[in-house]
Amino acid sequence: MSRDIAVVAFAQTRHSGEDLGLAEIEMLAPVITEIKEKTGRRRFGFTCSGSCDYLAGAPFAFVSALDTVGAWPPISESHVEMDGAWALYEAWVKLLHGDIDTALVYGFGKSTQGHLRAILTQQLDPYTVAPLGIDAVSLAALQARAYLERSGAKEDDLRAVAARSRAAGRSNPFALHLPDPDGSAADHDYDVAPLHPYDVAPVTDGAAAIVLAAGDTARELCERPAWITGIDHRTEAHAPGVRDLTRSESARLAGEKAGADGIEVAELHAQYTHEELILREALGLGDDVTVNPSGGALSANPMMAAGLIRIGEAAARIHDGTASRTLGHASSGPCLQQNLVCVLSGEKNG
Amino acid sequence: MPSDTGPSEPNHVLEFPGGYTRSVGPVIGRFLSELRDGRLVGVRTAAGKVLVPPSEYDPDTGEDVTDEFVEVGPAGTVTTWSWVPRPAKEHPLGRPFAWALIRPDGADTAILHALDVGVFEEGAKPPRFLKSGMRVRPRWRPDRSGGIGDIECFQPEVTTINAPTRLEYELKGGRALGRFLEGISQGRILGHRCPVCEQVIVPMKGLCPRDGVATSEEVELPDTGTVTTFAVNNIPDPRAPEVPFVSAYVLLDGAGLTMLTLVAGIPADQVRMGMRVKAAWRPREEWDRTMANIKWFEPIDEPDVPFEEIKDFM
Repeated sequence: MSRDIAVVAFAQTRHSGEDLGLAEIEMLAPVITEIKEKTGRRRFGFTCSGSCDYLAGAPFAFVSALDTVGAWPPISESHVEMDGAWALYEAWVKLLHGDIDTALVYGFGKSTQGHLRAILTQQLDPYTVAPLGIDAVSLAALQARAYLERSGAKEDDLRAVAARSRAAGRSNPFALHLPDPDGSAADHDYDVAPLHPYDVAPVTDGAAAIVLAAGDTARELCERPAWITGIDHRTEAHAPGVRDLTRSESARLAGEKAGADGIEVAELHAQYTHEELILREALGLGDDVTVNPSGGALSANPMMAAGLIRIGEAAARIHDGTASRTLGHASSGPCLQQNLVCVLSGEKNG
Repeated sequence: MPSDTGPSEPNHVLEFPGGYTRSVGPVIGRFLSELRDGRLVGVRTAAGKVLVPPSEYDPDTGEDVTDEFVEVGPAGTVTTWSWVPRPAKEHPLGRPFAWALIRPDGADTAILHALDVGVFEEGAKPPRFLKSGMRVRPRWRPDRSGGIGDIECFQPEVTTINAPTRLEYELKGGRALGRFLEGISQGRILGHRCPVCEQVIVPMKGLCPRDGVATSEEVELPDTGTVTTFAVNNIPDPRAPEVPFVSAYVLLDGAGLTMLTLVAGIPADQVRMGMRVKAAWRPREEWDRTMANIKWFEPIDEPDVPFEEIKDFM
């Protein structure tokens, strides 16, 4: 790696579990304004966003989001139809080229306007899987069952993940504040068995932004930059029936390539409780690693931003000096099909 | 679904009216054509694996697959499953069902499909017999069009049958029982006293089972007695008031043998050996020559009989 590149700023919305009546662009604009103020920059060498047109059901929704950035005179810009974490990866590659020093990355999604489970069916194989009408939670539950049977973990182990995540989320002003999953009668019902409602990340609206900077620019913009010491993403076959759903080989490989060792705090983009357990195993995170102190996606899961938020939260632990080596993870596709691991370090900051 | 019901009246719709037409190519096309003919096929990879559903490439290597198609299944084994207690409108079945990954016999991969394991009420928990490893087969639609939906769903292989079992009789209970039921039809409980052991046998059979001698001396007994032993039944019975119900041996006062009856009017977990009970008769206008005249026995407010006094009547 020829240049040192760091996360120097992070901003996010106070995420919402219900439609607050804001258009996507109205939801995003304050976050872009905030990160410009944090960095004192109004222009960036590169801008890259992650969003999904299917969420709002409108083509090129990401184009209007550029109005929040201020794109005149014309800026160098790109977009991925993926979580903002993959936009961050593209920006990181662009910074490695050496012709720019800063990049703005953002992701946003408003899931409350449609039927998210049915929308996610659109990402499946269109010939033999999507026509079945299977939804995201049903697919996740297939993986949960496979994992429980292979590992011997019980549904109570899943509930413990939800309880810990929700308790952490209640201390995070940006997350939804969800009750402990022991109380209500609805908790005893299955959503799609073996998953209970609390095992499933809440439908959430929200946005987030990150600024990356290289070398001395990073040190100018941030007292304790979160240096990206490794970042990698790997994917698995899209047909669920050819994969070993009980493990995440792609997360394991991405973690290995990104150098995921000595981690103190990990922010995992687990959208279901069992995914956290699969990811912990794949990434070799022991009990000494603090996982999802933000509450994770189980406490706020704005589509197309939740993965980027994991990197932002992992970076924030370095910015505030509470950790010196952290990990941000993002996933995409059904049943953890694709995984991105970003290892961040404050060790060079002295 | 509780947390994500979506808008009920959309004000914006994203749709290709009539659906979106896709070319399927030779590999998926062969799979779908065979499905239309009622066959399940996979494609063989260069490494010898059979992929079902087939893809144009080997997911392990990215290499082209061979042009050898292999008929598989149609029976297969469930490798994992999930259970939908409340189907969404996009789902293929309108009542609770399972999604399953199913490895057809002869295949090296699994196919995703719905699995119908019977009729369940909305919100039902998954049935215990639904397990990974379960053997299943496709339920073919009679009219097939060349789509994954040509298989309506999978269903479990046959593991049991249910055969009709009914024989019809005209039973006579015998003279002694006839006389007993005549008494019952009048609200009386009759027994016979044995001339040898002097115990009262009720209902009488015209002989003493202990001594093997004929009996004829009629004795009328009260409709009160003592529970000697009992069982709590959790399987419903047409004669029982509700589940759980208690069937008990009751030793009528003055009798030398117990009668098998129901006990009610008290929670099942409070019935005791030695408990005093009394017959609960149906209204007189409903009486007939049948033991159904006594609905069951109910507790009466008397002290329990010590075990020593009933231990020979279990």
